Amino acid sequence: MNKNVGIVIVSHSADVARGTALMVEQMVGRDVPLGWCGGDPEGGLGTNVEAIMAAIDKAWSEKGVAILVDLGGAETNSEMAIEMLPESRRSRVVVCNAPVVEGAVMAATEAASGATLEAVRRTAEELTPA
Amino acid sequence: MMIDRETRRRLFETVANRVIANVDELTDLDRAIGDGDHGTNMRRGFEAVLAAADELSAKSFGESLKGVGTTLVMKVGGASGPLYGTLLLSLGKSLADDVSREQVIEAFAAAIEAVKARGKSDAGQKTMLDVLFPVLAVLREGGEGLAARLKAAAKLAAENTIPMRAIRGRASFLGERSIGHMDPGARSSALIIGAVADVIEGVA
Repeated sequence: MNKNVGIVIVSHSADVARGTALMVEQMVGRDVPLGWCGGDPEGGLGTNVEAIMAAIDKAWSEKGVAILVDLGGAETNSEMAIEMLPESRRSRVVVCNAPVVEGAVMAATEAASGATLEAVRRTAEELTPA
Repeated sequence: MMIDRETRRRLFETVANRVIANVDELTDLDRAIGDGDHGTNMRRGFEAVLAAADELSAKSFGESLKGVGTTLVMKVGGASGPLYGTLLLSLGKSLADDVSREQVIEAFAAAIEAVKARGKSDAGQKTMLDVLFPVLAVLREGGEGLAARLKAAAKLAAENTIPMRAIRGRASFLGERSIGHMDPGARSSALIIGAVADVIEGVA
């Protein structure tokens, strides 16, 4: 069982998602379960509910999963993906209102310390002006 | 009104074909104020609906609507997937094969609320809601020639988004520059409502 909150990165671009995941791995290490996805179902720019659900599964931790998104559709599709999860998991996944790259690194740093899902989300969202 | 298996199939096929036939227009509208992918996203979603129309319509009306909703959620790729998906999933929860206008009004009103929540949006923000609300109002009025009036109301409502300023979605990044263009989501909603109205007119 993963002892830390998992982080999922959802971008319209697979390259951005992969690049962000690499930055998280390099800066924070591999103690944080990490999932990422980008692109629509045909591989163009966009987001994809099925891929987001798979990324949540990959990053799954009993402590929960924090999702970082880029633009509008990534957020809407992530919220939809959460709703389609089994009920037992639904309440333990949150979308953070934070910039995707900085948010992912900050959230993962917090998660690596063993913080709760709420603390991870708060840390990521400190980057967003109130 | 009884929505039997044949009507369900015709409904899904008519809607899907209508959207697919107008993909270029949706793409052009979205290029003007969005990222230009609304047409291709909707085509991907409705081609999947078309491919599954026979299988979907074999289920009850409620279950088949949920099936169409899930297909759109999984295939569309943009924000419109969850938005249309939520609309249909919500409708599917409450509609049975034999439906009255009152039941449709109640189900449609609840589905619009679900779309509002999903998109964190409301009427007047240059979105599909600006078509759905006027359509609900005409549905509530009822009376003669309802199907044709629903179609006309949807078309007009989409055109009425032209002078609006976008508050939600990618078009909101443009601020004032979003004024003067029809909202692509409002247009695709009008196409879908129009296709549904055509099928209902054939049934009634």
